[in-house]
Amino acid sequence: MVALAAKGLFLKLERGKTAKPTYQLWNSSLTTPLAQSPRPHNGVPPPTQAPPFTPCRDWTSHCWRAGIFLAVAQYQPPQALLLLASTMWSRRQGRFRTLACGVEELRCRRREREAALRKARKEQQLVSKRLLREDAPEEAGGQSAVVLLGEAEVQQFLRQAQRGTDEKEREKALLSLRRGLQHPETQQTFIRLEGSMRTLVGLLTSNRALLQLEAARCLHELSHSEQSAVAEACLPATSYLLTYLSGHSSDFIELCLYTLGNLIVESEAVRKQLLPQGIVPALAACIQSPHVAVLEALGYALSQLLQAKEAPEKIIPSILDSSLPQHMLRLMHPGPKLNLGVAMEFAWCLHYIICSQVNNTVLLTHGALSTLALLLLDLAGAVQRMDDVGLELLACPVLRCLSNLLTEVPVEAMGEQMELRDERVVAALFILLQFFLQKQPTLLPEGLWLLNNLTANSPTFCTSLISLDLIEPLLQLLPLSNMVSMLVLTVLCNVVEKGPAYCQRLWPGPLLSCLLNTLVLSDTEVVGQSLELLQLLFLYQPEAAQAFLQQSGLQALEKHQGETQLQERIHALQETAIHG
Amino acid sequence: MLLPPALYSRLAGEPGAAEPLPVERNPAAGAAPFRFAPRPVRFPRDHEFFEDGDVQRHLYLRDMLTQVSETPEKSMVPEFTCQVAGCCQVFAALEDYQHHYHMLHVNSCSLCNRAFPSGHLLDAHILEWHDSMFQILAQRQDMYQCLVEGCPEKFKTSQARKDHMVRLHLYPADFRFDKPKTNRGHAMSAAADLSARALKDDSDAMEICSDPAAPSPCRRTFSHKIPSTVCFGQGAARGFKSTKKKNKHH
Repeated sequence: MVALAAKGLFLKLERGKTAKPTYQLWNSSLTTPLAQSPRPHNGVPPPTQAPPFTPCRDWTSHCWRAGIFLAVAQYQPPQALLLLASTMWSRRQGRFRTLACGVEELRCRRREREAALRKARKEQQLVSKRLLREDAPEEAGGQSAVVLLGEAEVQQFLRQAQRGTDEKEREKALLSLRRGLQHPETQQTFIRLEGSMRTLVGLLTSNRALLQLEAARCLHELSHSEQSAVAEACLPATSYLLTYLSGHSSDFIELCLYTLGNLIVESEAVRKQLLPQGIVPALAACIQSPHVAVLEALGYALSQLLQAKEAPEKIIPSILDSSLPQHMLRLMHPGPKLNLGVAMEFAWCLHYIICSQVNNTVLLTHGALSTLALLLLDLAGAVQRMDDVGLELLACPVLRCLSNLLTEVPVEAMGEQMELRDERVVAALFILLQFFLQKQPTLLPEGLWLLNNLTANSPTFCTSLISLDLIEPLLQLLPLSNMVSMLVLTVLCNVVEKGPAYCQRLWPGPLLSCLLNTLVLSDTEVVGQSLELLQLLFLYQPEAAQAFLQQSGLQALEKHQGETQLQERIHALQETAIHG
Repeated sequence: MLLPPALYSRLAGEPGAAEPLPVERNPAAGAAPFRFAPRPVRFPRDHEFFEDGDVQRHLYLRDMLTQVSETPEKSMVPEFTCQVAGCCQVFAALEDYQHHYHMLHVNSCSLCNRAFPSGHLLDAHILEWHDSMFQILAQRQDMYQCLVEGCPEKFKTSQARKDHMVRLHLYPADFRFDKPKTNRGHAMSAAADLSARALKDDSDAMEICSDPAAPSPCRRTFSHKIPSTVCFGQGAARGFKSTKKKNKHH
C-alpha cells in the first residue's frame, strides 16, 4: 500500500474520536507472560568479507597535473567536498522558511497529517517515501512550475538524451525530462511509452557521468510516486542501482539509496526481486563508506527493508548474519564522529530488528546494550546543550531499543552487565524525561517504560532512584495523564516491592499524599495500581497505614467500592489499615 | 518536573552506582487479591503504545526537503582537462569532475582502460581477462565466480555464470558487465550478446576520448592501445571512431 498524503494533500480531520485508553494495554502487558522463543534463522550463507572502502586514489596528483592545484589546495580529497553537502537531517533545519500561510494554518495542517498517519498505522499501512530533490520550482516563486509533458515531448527528450551529438544538449534534454517527471501525469506517460525505461537504464549505465546522474534523478522521481505502476516500472533498474552502491561517487550512491528505499517500501514483489539480487551484501559493503550523506541514505533504505511485513521471516535473519549489525552499532557509538542523522536512521533500524525478536542474542553479543546506554548518556548531555535540533527523533528509537533489549537479559544477569550497574543511565533518563516534558510530551510514556524495565529486576537502579532523589520528580509526573500515572505507579511499585529497606527511605515523604490524590481519580486501572502500591507500602512500612487512616484514606477507598475490579483489594486494604 | 541539581553533575561523573539496598520480600506481597509482580515489558512493533513515536518518525520522513538556498554552490574553477591518460574531458566545476573521476577512473583497468562501477567488478575483470593463470585453471575447474556479493557459486564458463545470475538472482538478461573475449577489435560477437540492442547506436557516442591508436586488431590482453571503452553498460568500441576533440562538461 503506497504512502498517503503527499505534500499538498489534505485530509479531513477526524472529529469526535476518543483515544482508547492505552494504560489498559500497559496493564495487560504486565500480566501476560512474555513470549520467549526466538525465531530460527533461515540457512542463509554468510556473505564474504566486504572489501574495505578505499578512498579515491591519486586525486591530488591528478589535480596537480591538471594545473588547478591552487584551487584544489583549499580542498581535501573528494570526501571533504561532500562534507559541505547537506544531508536530509541537516537540511531539516533550514526547512522552516516563511511560507504563505500563517502559524495556525500550519498547525492545522500538521494535525491533519498526524491524524492521517495514525489512521494509516491502525490499518497497518503506514509507509513513507523520501524525496531528494535539488530545486523547488513551485516554491521559488519566479521559476517555472512543473511542466506537464506529453508523449511526443517525452519521446523527444529521451531521444535527444540518448543520441544527441552535443554533450550539453543531451544533459539539457534529460534535465527537462526530469523536471517533467515531477508531475504524476508525465510519469504515467513515461511508463506507458515503449522502451522508455530501457533507454533510461541505458543512460543510467552510460559512461557520461552527468547523464548518469540525471538519469538517476529521473528514476528517483519515479520511485517516489504513489502509483504502484510507476514505482514498479523502475524494477529493471534495480540490479544496476545495487551495483552502483559499491562505487565511489557519493552523490550518486546517495541518490541510488533513496531510490532503492522508495522502491523497497512499494511492495513485496519488489523486495522479492531485490533480495536475490543481493541487496543485503550490497548494503553491507556500502555501509563502510565514510560519507555521512550516504550513510544516512543507507539507514533510510535499510529501515524500509526492516519494516516490511515479511521482514522477521525473510529479511532479518540474513541481516543478522551479515556485518550490518556491527556497523550499525559502530555508527551509533558516541564520539567525535557521531552524526545525529545517521545515528537516528540506524537506531530505527535496530528498533525494527529488536522488536521482531528474531535473534536479539546476536545483538547483545555485539555490545548493543553498551552502545545504546552510552548513546543515552550522550543524548542527555546533548539536550542540555542544543536546542531544537530534533533530538527527540533519536531519543525515541534509542529508548525503545534499550527497553525491549532489556527484556532479553535474564534476571540473574541483570547485575552483571556493566551498563546495568551504572546509575548515570537513570540520571540520563530523567534528564530526557524532563526534555520530553517540554518538547514532546507524547514520548513520556516511552521513557517511563524504559524506567520500568530498568527498575523491575534491579535493586541497583531502585536504589539509584532513591539515592539520586528522583522519587519526588517522579511523583510530579503523576497528574499528567492516566497512562503516565500507570507507569509512574508501576515504577514506584518496583521500588517498594523490594522490601522494608526501600520503603523506609521513602518515609516520611510525599508518597502517601500523592497516592491519596490518585484515589480521587475515577480511572479504574490507575486506582487499581494505587491499591497495589498501598498494599506493599502497608506491608513494609506499617506507619504508612496509620497515616493513611489519619488522612481520611478509608473514605477515599469507599468511593470505589462499587467497582468490581477493585472490590476485593479495597476490602483487603481496609482490613489491613484498621487491624494492622 | 524539578530535577535535583546534583543530577547533572552525576551524569558527567564516573560510571558506577551506590551499593544497592538489601532486598527482603514478604511472601504476602502481591498475594491475592493483589497481583503486582515486577516485570520488564516488551512491546512488538505494531503495538498501539508506539503510535505517537511512529507518527513523529513518519512526519519526519515525509518532510519533502526541497531546497533552493541550501544547495552548495558548485565550485566553479577555470576550465581544466581531466588528466587521466586517454581522457580529455573538460570541466569547469569541481563537483562535476569529482563525479566523473569517481565513475570512470577510480575503478578502471590499467591494462585495457575499461571502467567499472566498483572495485569488486574490477577485480573480477582483471582476474578473468588479464590473468593467464586463470585461463589455465579454468580448463580444469569452475572459475567464473558469481558477481553478486555473498554468493559463493562458481561456473565453468561466463555464459553459465550469466545464466545463473539471471535465473537465481533475477538479474536482467542484458545486464552489461561481462564481455566474452575475442581477438578482434569488437568486444563481442552477436551470438554472445544477449541484450536487445536498443542502444547500440550509442556505442560510438558513448566512448570517451581515447588515444589516437592505429586501427589494428588489438591483442586481447596486453596492448595498451585499445581505445578507451566502457564495458559496463555500453557496447565496446566498434572500430576506432574515437574523437580527439574535447568534450566540454559543465
